[in-house]
Amino acid sequence: MQIEIEVNNHTIGARKGETILEALREHGIQIPTLCRLEDFTPTGACRLCVVEVEGMDRLVPACSYPVEEWMKIHTHSPRVIEARKMIVELLLSNHPDDCLYCARNGHCELQRLAEELNIRERRISGRKNSSNLDLSSPGIVYDPSKCVLCSRCVRVCEETEAVSTLDFTGRGNTTAVKAAMAKDLNFSNCIQCGQCIMVCPTGALHDKSYLEAIQQAVSRQDVTTVVHYSPSVVVSLAEEFGLKPGKDLSGLINSALKKIGFDQVYDGTFAAELFVMEEAAELADRLDKTEHLPMITSACPAWVKEMEQAYPDLLPHLSTVKSPEQIAGSIIKQFCLESSDRGQNDIFSVAVVPCPAKKFEAQRQEMTQRGISDIDAVMTTRELARLIKLFGVDMHAIEPLEADAPFHRDASAARLTAALGGTTEAVLRTLHHQISGKDLRNPKISRMRGTKNTKSTHIRLGEHNLSLAAMSPLEKVREIMADLQEDKSLYHYLEVMACPGGCINGGGHPFYSAPKTLRSRMKAIHQNDDHLATRFVHHSQEVVEFYRRYLGESNGEQARRILHTRFTPRDVLL
Amino acid sequence: MEQIARILERYPFVERENLIPILQDIQREQGYLTEEAVKQVGRYLSLPASKIYSLATFYNRFRFYPLGRYHIRLCRGTSCQIHRAGDLIKKVSETLNVDPGQTSSNGQFSFEVVSCMGACGLGPVMAVNDTYFTQVTDDRLEEILASYLETQP
Amino acid sequence: MEEQDAQKGLQQELIELLSDASNRSPASQSKEALDRLRRHKVKHPVIALSSTTAGMIAGSRETRQAIEKYLSERDIEATLIANGSLGLGTEEPLMDVQLPGKTRLTFRQVSPEKVNDILDAVFNNFVPPEHVLCQHPNDLHEPWENVPCIDELPFFEGQQRVILGNCGVIDPDSIEEYIAHGGYHNFLKAIRNYTPEEVCDMIDSSGLRGRGGEGYPTGKKWKNTLSSSAEQRYLVCNAGESDPGAFMERMIMESDPHSVIESVAISAYAVGAQKAYIFVEGEYELACSRLQGAIEQAKSYGILGHDIYESGFNLNLQLHQGAGAYVCGEETALIASLEGKRGMPRPKPPYPSRRGFLGHPTVVNNVETLLNVPVILQHGPGWYSRIGTEKSAGTKIFSLAGKIERSGLVEVPMGLPLREVVYKIGGGIPDNQQIKGVLVGGPAGGMLTYNHLDTRIDYEEISELGGALGSGGLVVMDEHTCILDTVKYYMYFLQQESCGKCIPCREGIRRMYEILDNITQQPHQEDSRATLQRFKGVINLEKLAQVVHDTSLCGLGQRAANPVLSSIRWFRQEYEEHIFERKCRAGVCQKLRTFYIDVDLCTGCTICAEKCPTGAIVGSAKHAHFIVQEKCISCGICYDVCKFGAVISK
Repeated sequence: MQIEIEVNNHTIGARKGETILEALREHGIQIPTLCRLEDFTPTGACRLCVVEVEGMDRLVPACSYPVEEWMKIHTHSPRVIEARKMIVELLLSNHPDDCLYCARNGHCELQRLAEELNIRERRISGRKNSSNLDLSSPGIVYDPSKCVLCSRCVRVCEETEAVSTLDFTGRGNTTAVKAAMAKDLNFSNCIQCGQCIMVCPTGALHDKSYLEAIQQAVSRQDVTTVVHYSPSVVVSLAEEFGLKPGKDLSGLINSALKKIGFDQVYDGTFAAELFVMEEAAELADRLDKTEHLPMITSACPAWVKEMEQAYPDLLPHLSTVKSPEQIAGSIIKQFCLESSDRGQNDIFSVAVVPCPAKKFEAQRQEMTQRGISDIDAVMTTRELARLIKLFGVDMHAIEPLEADAPFHRDASAARLTAALGGTTEAVLRTLHHQISGKDLRNPKISRMRGTKNTKSTHIRLGEHNLSLAAMSPLEKVREIMADLQEDKSLYHYLEVMACPGGCINGGGHPFYSAPKTLRSRMKAIHQNDDHLATRFVHHSQEVVEFYRRYLGESNGEQARRILHTRFTPRDVLL
Repeated sequence: MEQIARILERYPFVERENLIPILQDIQREQGYLTEEAVKQVGRYLSLPASKIYSLATFYNRFRFYPLGRYHIRLCRGTSCQIHRAGDLIKKVSETLNVDPGQTSSNGQFSFEVVSCMGACGLGPVMAVNDTYFTQVTDDRLEEILASYLETQP
Repeated sequence: MEEQDAQKGLQQELIELLSDASNRSPASQSKEALDRLRRHKVKHPVIALSSTTAGMIAGSRETRQAIEKYLSERDIEATLIANGSLGLGTEEPLMDVQLPGKTRLTFRQVSPEKVNDILDAVFNNFVPPEHVLCQHPNDLHEPWENVPCIDELPFFEGQQRVILGNCGVIDPDSIEEYIAHGGYHNFLKAIRNYTPEEVCDMIDSSGLRGRGGEGYPTGKKWKNTLSSSAEQRYLVCNAGESDPGAFMERMIMESDPHSVIESVAISAYAVGAQKAYIFVEGEYELACSRLQGAIEQAKSYGILGHDIYESGFNLNLQLHQGAGAYVCGEETALIASLEGKRGMPRPKPPYPSRRGFLGHPTVVNNVETLLNVPVILQHGPGWYSRIGTEKSAGTKIFSLAGKIERSGLVEVPMGLPLREVVYKIGGGIPDNQQIKGVLVGGPAGGMLTYNHLDTRIDYEEISELGGALGSGGLVVMDEHTCILDTVKYYMYFLQQESCGKCIPCREGIRRMYEILDNITQQPHQEDSRATLQRFKGVINLEKLAQVVHDTSLCGLGQRAANPVLSSIRWFRQEYEEHIFERKCRAGVCQKLRTFYIDVDLCTGCTICAEKCPTGAIVGSAKHAHFIVQEKCISCGICYDVCKFGAVISK
């Protein structure tokens, strides 16, 4: 029902039942918020969105208070602005004043609020919190002293990821966000998906950075520096350089990485192709033997950790194929530089990835050979942008380049793996060929596209009636895992991604707030696929050649030795 | 472990409303909460450990450490405060070397500042285990503490 | 065995009495039982010892042992019961003695060593005047001579005990005594004679307002819930009083638990709830065990449960023990706590009366509010609304404490000037000190000055002065109480008790505490930056308090600013003295004291110089010493250790 309210002495229309904030935004009136998260129930915690409503004694939070006909609202009266200012000043009063050194310098919401509210003087100073920096985990650094207790990470961790690692502890002046039993993150059930970093308004949660080591390595003459980047990275970097979100930057990335000083630059899509080949072969094998079905994808290391800790009894369902990044890591060290005279010790292998979980994965013991990590250092997309800026590369001026052979760009369906449903789509294409010997007539599987968080499709393939599904984030997976524990699942293949929408929404990409960004990344991925010459991984010349030279049969002995791994239960406090 | 299992049996309905009563029962029987308790209760109620830890640290009464042999409670209600209970808190902490909410390292003393013991007419009020002391003055406090310090083994 | 049978027989009789809707005079057999339960006729001496927490802390357990020993040694047949409390806290432990045929006597401050003297005397028909407090006269018993009647005592004279009538009179563990004193009749009257709407109407027209918070009309709140179409509704009785310095609810629950249950039962019926919770602080162990016992008794009498006295009304009443959080006094926090979550308030609307416990409409009222309900049913809304003032009907219970002669549980009609409570009932301040002010309503209340003592107890009048009736804590301050120290104490308490959710409350209270702490810290060794910060803080304290008041999420934060705002308003002088003159007139803020050594008194014993932690005292042995002010940290150790009174504090 449409009603009319008065705002700043003007009448505006509003819908009954919507909040004051929603009504104001529709009319272009911006009000600062801090604890608000799109699509989540308002908590009313930060009080920055307060407005003055005539006839009410106190100020009213616009984010949670519904509009009513009689309301006369003042959104920027002196009383309101003073209150908002004071609230931000309260947060600043005991904040560590190290903005210039902070990981979020320039991207910090608190900084922005202070700027927008024109805070120019420290009126109140408070005692600083004593807190310990948590550096324990490979991907995420937690600095409680910068935490403003907005609860956004807590809500995402619980409601999006259903992991609930982080929660409030204590009360009043000792309130803090911590893991259960106040354990450090690496000893908690944190899956390092990084979604908490994405929503953190300040630098309290940020990337564990290995950029220093990478910088040093590229400057050394005696090591060969190799870098590869994941498919999702190429469509997620644009906005960092003021380019159109979703724009495919692979050529520019190749060029920039070369300029930074990497000796070899590989497009990680090739590893994703091998991943798709192996998954398809493994699935065909399991279908043949009818064991451990559904097969669950192992591409997402955050999900793999969750499986190991929360569903150890279901681990046999997990595919044993390494993630594309780790496949890239192991083949780079094993084969790619075989022609060069350098041994494994002289290679410094770097991965550019969509999330902190890949950093965690790279440090897993399973991902080493004779004590040497397959991947030496990992950076997220955000950090890639930082590195490019650090090395003074002007992305608007450089010319695109091709990646180095053998992993240079062969147009490939494996790029699809960056978006949720894409792995299923690519695997199904290859599986179809593997089982029936024929290619799908229409390789586009529409049911695996779109922005929905659970997607499923059914297909008759030889004697099999297959059901395949893709789902993210982990909150969506709980139900099906419960079914599986009771042996009730009807699926044959489950693609699980920890981040909503898959790797294109990973916790390591640039901070953004518009849902549009995610859609444009997804569109870029799908359009790319629709215009490919070869839409089947198994027809890629490079892939066929690589198997012939190094790996033999897909899912064969040699391929399994190099491209597969194993997973073991983890005992952590859930 | 079995003790916790027995407590859980008293709550046949797996409802979150039972969380506080369950933790109260565990603490009553075990003296304090442990990681094992958090784990078992979490499994039983299908709640993440962080939720249980989060809840337990919110309320005053739950603790994750054992009490001392002598548990000292000092009232800091408004009336006791006006009768200078604030000074007594400092004195207890200094004399026994234990801060409010802590147990001394030798396990002899634990110290808790409570918000009201309900005898406002007789403040400041303090208790050592089940023995109450009223209208405690500075000197009186010294005597009381000394008597417990003497009984240390 | 015999005792059990007798008990069963009595239970049957009382159930029949309650079942008898016509309210005829009871059968002669019942009459005899009732007389006994009302102690109209006692065969043996009855000794009742107040056994509330306050009594226990004052030593009633030891007194009880002494009484037991006395009786067994002399082989005296007497009934010893654990009683509730009359509420006169400073005179605890109170002991009542009723000899057959004589009126009941109350003795004060009965420590174990007094037991023999008192009982010896009373059993010889003599009342030792130094120990006796009063007698409780009635038409049936012969009064004692030269013993004041309870109504003549100033503490009781000014009170109007509408709710507290049973406290200290009946045995809290006996449902029989409660019924004999008219208990549960109002509940049965409600479910038999009135529809829930009618009960709501009565409450509405009585003018009853919520006692805990800002005085929202109870009848309106109830009707809002009753009118919802939901099938499941809940009633929650908030007895989680964790206001430091308020003990009223605790004492009532310990003294008269059945009245709480009856009140909850009637209210649940009125709002259409079939499930009700009483939320009590788990720390109130005695209150919890008495309430739990009372619930079991009520169940065995069929007062709780299914189809109560064939009325078709079902009520499942549960006790929930809180785990210690002041913020759970806020209704949404309380509901979160009941649901097994952190007691964090959520934004309203939606109000609990529409979306409360587990999403169902829920009425949350505090105990004191609900205790008025049976009274209104018994005497009618018209009678009730005539007590008190036009806008604030009924009585208000206070826990009177602080620097006062007689502290305790007090029930007075609304509209009574505070002066009456403080001077007449409380007896003023000991040692003829001057009253500096009163703290009304606990940490979330306000501070009033001596000049406000003529303020009437009334929601509007008190809140106009920046206070709040709130919890009913009434703490009196004398000239030796420092206003800043007290406000600082409240801020310290509240910064711990804030749930930590919203920024103005969590950070604002903490900053206010820090600013106050700064003011009361000593100025030595302070660099100019620190001085500047302190002044800035002070200048902004009032603004900050206003923002905390304006923007906090729940009542805790909104009202947390009250002590700051009201103290700045009424005691500005004292603030200025602390800030500018660096002096605390009450002598409480230790760090603001300056110490000097009187050269005439100093013997040069060197003790002070040895003990001084900063080496601020200089002087050689047997010569007068001197304090170097720049080094002194005002710890006061020299003052404490000097045996000659040579160290002077200014």
